[in-house]
Amino acid sequence: MLESVLITIATAATPLLIAAIGELVVERSGVLNLGVEGMMVMGAVTGFGVAITTGSPWLGVFAAILVGAAFALLFGFLTLSLVTNQVATGLALTLLGLGVSGMIGEAFIGLPGVKMAPLVIPVLSDLPVVGRFLFAQAPLFYISILLVIGVSYFLFNTRAGLTLRSVGDNHDSAHALGIKVIAVRYAAVVFGGACAGLAGGYLSLVYTPQWIENMTAGRGWIALALVVFASWRPWRVLAGAYLFGAVSIGQLHAQVIGVSVPSQFLSALPYLATVAVLVLISRNRRLTMVNTPACLGRPFVPAR
Amino acid sequence: MKKLVLALAATTAAIAFGAAPVAAQDKTKACWIYVGPIGDFGYSYQHHQGLLDVEEHFGDKVETAYLESVPEGADAERALERFARSGCDIIFATSFGFMDPVQKVAAKFPDIKFEHATGFKRDHPNVATYNSRFHEGRYVQGVIAAKMSEKGVAGYIASFPIPEVVMGINAFMLGAQSVNPDFQVKIVWANTWFDAGKEADAAKALLDQGVDIITQHTDSTAPLQVAAERGIKGFGQASDMIKFAPETQLTSIVDDWGPYYIERVQAVMDGTWEQNDVWGGMKDGHVVMAPYTNMPDDVKAAAEEIEAKIKDEGFNPFTGPVYKQDGTLWLEEGQVAPDGEVLSMNFYIKGIDDKLPN
Repeated sequence: MLESVLITIATAATPLLIAAIGELVVERSGVLNLGVEGMMVMGAVTGFGVAITTGSPWLGVFAAILVGAAFALLFGFLTLSLVTNQVATGLALTLLGLGVSGMIGEAFIGLPGVKMAPLVIPVLSDLPVVGRFLFAQAPLFYISILLVIGVSYFLFNTRAGLTLRSVGDNHDSAHALGIKVIAVRYAAVVFGGACAGLAGGYLSLVYTPQWIENMTAGRGWIALALVVFASWRPWRVLAGAYLFGAVSIGQLHAQVIGVSVPSQFLSALPYLATVAVLVLISRNRRLTMVNTPACLGRPFVPAR
Repeated sequence: MKKLVLALAATTAAIAFGAAPVAAQDKTKACWIYVGPIGDFGYSYQHHQGLLDVEEHFGDKVETAYLESVPEGADAERALERFARSGCDIIFATSFGFMDPVQKVAAKFPDIKFEHATGFKRDHPNVATYNSRFHEGRYVQGVIAAKMSEKGVAGYIASFPIPEVVMGINAFMLGAQSVNPDFQVKIVWANTWFDAGKEADAAKALLDQGVDIITQHTDSTAPLQVAAERGIKGFGQASDMIKFAPETQLTSIVDDWGPYYIERVQAVMDGTWEQNDVWGGMKDGHVVMAPYTNMPDDVKAAAEEIEAKIKDEGFNPFTGPVYKQDGTLWLEEGQVAPDGEVLSMNFYIKGIDDKLPN
């Protein structure tokens, strides 16, 4: 039973993790994109549509990534090239995504979807307790873990990662050093969109293989919160996503077992846990300052 | 273009608005507000099917408009008021939580008819309420569940602890107990009507805890898909979900609002509309059972028999003797529960091992 609980937790945590790790890169470059929910839901509808049309979940995933990236590019054009307000544009992107996906998705309502088969690694998946949890999951689960490793390595061990962080911390200095601030931010934003799209594809191809309007149900916002929760550190995003998943699944089990705590309280528990951890983290003000990208949300207009 | 506007309005119901221009005088305008998206393929979807039935039945004589994903509360009031000002002759508010907003707006527009689904407040003469006896279908499901389950334990994914849901759980249990007096039910309150992921997780948690049949009072098809994956049987909700789980769905309670909507719009046209409190069931065609599938013939026969008993003989699932959870007698032998008590039900019957949240 523990094994299947672990798997359920992973299924709940993976989409949050993928979307949050993308947004982390975006925010590290100094851009705040509140459109995660919109890009995610677009990824979900596109992934579903392409998968049932072609019969291939992989093409669906690919399309979901592309659509997420395209939506992010639109956001990039508006906020980076036209220097619109990032918060307002991000919110608009979310509303746009939810509306457009509902319209596109009208044709897909009530159709059973294509489920991506799990990738079972022989021998290792027979390990007790953790075998099926770690080695018999949907391919996107492995990708989510690889993303964390990759992003962590990229940000803190490569020159390009250093460049990206410098743009997020002080875009004027970075600009003075000859770094193309806008280009770096475009790349980060598009990467974030691709991740959000992928997370959406996970929802409609792995989590619940079907299309329903608004099926992201606020997961994009949770991903955004996770980035802050993790104080912009990739491994903490992983921990946060799994903590959130564990608490949300745990409360369901608690209800079945018959723990005599009001279910409304149990339902609120994942959010309460997030708030509690946020408070704990932000108690150390200096540490928070060190991790927060100093130019987060500030527009960059190069001096002529 | 109107479609696009509507689609966008769906998500920003409070901000944008998709209402059509003011109706011409000779047309009757009927308007709906839904709590979820019509794409839920469940509750709101079925109400929208009712709207489509109205359009088909009346053709040019009627004009319709709808707003989906309207949050319960202050936004609902705004949506209702906007509809009232845009020339609607009759407005259907299709969720329990629209109850108080309906009363408020109805007071301001005495010439417009308001119809509120699943509620019980009729503060003004222009407010009617209507509902369906879904619990009749849940009783049938209980009978099937008790016959199909080997362990004698069902999982029940519930949304919110409102009378509508509580009476469903009780009716399900009474049906099951009529077959197996020791039948058990494990309940998870999802505290949402509609979150496919969460509903799927709830189904997994129930299955991990050893139930071998599941039913739901939330609106997505996700729990049924989980059941299919695990090779367990389950029931659909609000619409026929057989396409999502061809080898899993035993049956489904299908809400058919079309006949009621047509009747009421007709009444507005004829000028005969009056306040009412309709609670139609299987006998009125408001509650329809999807075909009985994936079960042995004897179970199917039992299900059909009980369905016929409800439909033709007027059998009420809440017929005594029925005991409350704490063991006190609620209904004496042969006593039928008054509708009022069923509609405000806030207690479990005996045999349910769960604490009702309140």
